[in-house]
Amino acid sequence: MKKFSKIARDGIWQQNPALVQLLGLCPLLAVSNSFVTAFSLGIVTVLVLTISNVVISIIRLILNEDLSLTTQITVLATCLILSDIALQAWYFELHHRIGLFVALIVTNCSLLSRAELSSSSNPIISSAIDGLMMGLGFFWVIVLMGTIREGLGSGTLFSNMHMLLGPAGKNLEITFSHNGFLLLVLPPGAFLSLGFLIALKNFLFDNRD
Amino acid sequence: MSDGIAILLTTVFVNNLVTIQFLGLCPLLGASQKFDSAIGIAVGTAFVLTLASAVSYIIESCILSPLDLQYLRLVIFIILIVSLVRISEIIIRATQPRLHALLPIFGISVPLIITNCAVLGVALINVREAHSFLQSIFFGFGAAIGFALVLILFAAIQRQQRASVVPKVFRGAAINMITAGLLSLAFMGFTGMGQ
Repeated sequence: MKKFSKIARDGIWQQNPALVQLLGLCPLLAVSNSFVTAFSLGIVTVLVLTISNVVISIIRLILNEDLSLTTQITVLATCLILSDIALQAWYFELHHRIGLFVALIVTNCSLLSRAELSSSSNPIISSAIDGLMMGLGFFWVIVLMGTIREGLGSGTLFSNMHMLLGPAGKNLEITFSHNGFLLLVLPPGAFLSLGFLIALKNFLFDNRD
Repeated sequence: MSDGIAILLTTVFVNNLVTIQFLGLCPLLGASQKFDSAIGIAVGTAFVLTLASAVSYIIESCILSPLDLQYLRLVIFIILIVSLVRISEIIIRATQPRLHALLPIFGISVPLIITNCAVLGVALINVREAHSFLQSIFFGFGAAIGFALVLILFAAIQRQQRASVVPKVFRGAAINMITAGLLSLAFMGFTGMGQ
């Protein structure tokens, strides 16, 4: 149990893929300009990481070591193709916005290195937990960035939720200002807000130790 | 031809790969510590990017589309990129052994080019925008030049930055992000140049 709590702490905070390892930056920065896209991509990442970690660790039991990298990439790409097709079928409008970045998760070094690390020594359950926690670590950062950038940048929150929830989502939009700080929604805002988030994390880290 | 040059200029400045589309950030933050290695990475990636755009176009239009196998695109493109990087490494090793021995010094490692989302991203954008063969090549080449430009600029800025005093919490990744943000802001100035 102690081991699992360490895995959880590593994934969500200490070795956070987005804030500490700086991996998966392209999807993180590109998609976080609104809450709904950030949230959806976060969910996809959590699912893909967990499922692919489990599949890879099962395959590893019967596989020659030399083939591991190729297998990992293929398993990951398969999971991503499945989620891509699912998005296209049920959330077409959303797929149009985040489709490219769903595919790009595959080159995300974090997925590769973690899958390697966790499934080489750990049994299936702990690599599943590892994938889940790494995914959640990525998830909270991307959702936080989506909230900050949409809230300050365009002065709204939960806009366009109908892309995710259907017609019911239309009423969820909260508007607190009609003229936001546009820079935050534009590409430079992504870099700046992540920079300040990392600085904030460093600040909290330094004070605790 | 003028169409190709328009694509080239737009991808270098207006839709710059790194600062506007966020592709290829891992090598930007990982490898630009040294000015020399930045140039090495830029040349290596430029070569692979252009080649990958051409070959992925051929595969897409000759194999995947006619056979209705578009859903395999992602797997095929990744395997293609991995093999292209490996092949170019083998060719360099066979023909230019001395240059190959120098590669690690320049910071060119094979995984770094493979994990570069830029290569896969450009191949996928080519398909999404339905570029023709020549357009794909120009797009790949323009993306590569845009990437090289930003990488070298960034390495130069970092060299300057080492001499300045940075607040403790901003040291490392945070200040790099903010530098990239300002660079991106500068590139926003090119918006509308294409029209």
